[in-house]
Amino acid sequence: MLNAANLAFVAFARMNGNLDGQVVAFFVMVVAACEVVVGLALIVTVFRTRRSASVDEPNLLKY
Amino acid sequence: MNTGETVVFWICAILAVLGAVGMVVSRKAVHSALWVALTMINLAILYVANSAPFLGMVQIVVYTGAVMMLFLFVLMVVGVDSSDSLIETIKGQRIPAILLTLGLAILLVWGIGSSLTGAPDLGLEDANTVDGGNVQGIARLLFTTFLIPFEATSALLITAAMGAMVLAHRERWIAKPTQKVLSIARFRGTVHPGNLPNPGIYARHNAVDTPALLPDGTPLMESIPAPVRARGDVAPVDHVELDEVKAISEGAPSESRQLHRAVGDPVQHRRHRRSGASQRDHRVHVGRAHAQRRKPRIRGLRPHERQP
Repeated sequence: MLNAANLAFVAFARMNGNLDGQVVAFFVMVVAACEVVVGLALIVTVFRTRRSASVDEPNLLKY
Repeated sequence: MNTGETVVFWICAILAVLGAVGMVVSRKAVHSALWVALTMINLAILYVANSAPFLGMVQIVVYTGAVMMLFLFVLMVVGVDSSDSLIETIKGQRIPAILLTLGLAILLVWGIGSSLTGAPDLGLEDANTVDGGNVQGIARLLFTTFLIPFEATSALLITAAMGAMVLAHRERWIAKPTQKVLSIARFRGTVHPGNLPNPGIYARHNAVDTPALLPDGTPLMESIPAPVRARGDVAPVDHVELDEVKAISEGAPSESRQLHRAVGDPVQHRRHRRSGASQRDHRVHVGRAHAQRRKPRIRGLRPHERQP
């Protein structure tokens, strides 16, 4: 999804003839990379405490 | 948009959508990761075709390089075989999901696409050349107009790195054992603290299948290597020798130390634990191949039992 938005930003930047869209796409990439890092750390932590990586398994916040 | 660009767009767009669909559909996590890599590479090609070479390179380096490697690394750590089941966990989500996706597609294609048809395509040639290149243009924008968001991004990166470290950090509940603790545990434990004695110490032979004798004459089975012990190839201990060793260690006269065992003792067969049948010393049978090579290899030739 983020990549689709990025592609749209790049295409519209080209249509409008300035580089602002590319800069925004660059920021989106940076934020997505941070997101991936934190998400994978969360997965590692969940796996370490619950011995399972299934996303349907954790229900600690449910009740 | 010229013809070559159209061809590139259709090839890369189809491959990218194929990769995305394959990522969602495939049941194994590693296959999903490889599909994502396909999508990312095609997107990078599309960026370059849209006169954004810097973003294309960043896409390849960041996504197909760093993020995909991180994904695969975590997959390998967590376990590759943890594939999920086919059971629908949230009931009745597929039909609304398909409907909403169709609605979004219609909105994007008709709503936005129709308003953009016929719009002038200015192109990025001017913007890419005014500062000397695409990278220079992006750099100028980053450090002038977008300076505050850029600095905020650096703070976000540091925060994400700290968060990952905190999440993946494991508190050590018991202290790491030091060398002193390990040494004390080794000497107080049940296992032998140092090297085991070599086979054949204080024994009459130093072959590897001869158990070492302790100073009081008892054989020490641990001195024989475990594979030899497991095969049952331990040489039998002669109790006459044991008594002799005991006598020597208790201070027996030196003559008995010089005295060898009785001459003409039968040579024991290693496996069968008894002396083999004595063989004729003339007209010994030699195998045909050995005889042709003039290298007679006579197996099992033993001295006669009574021969001194």
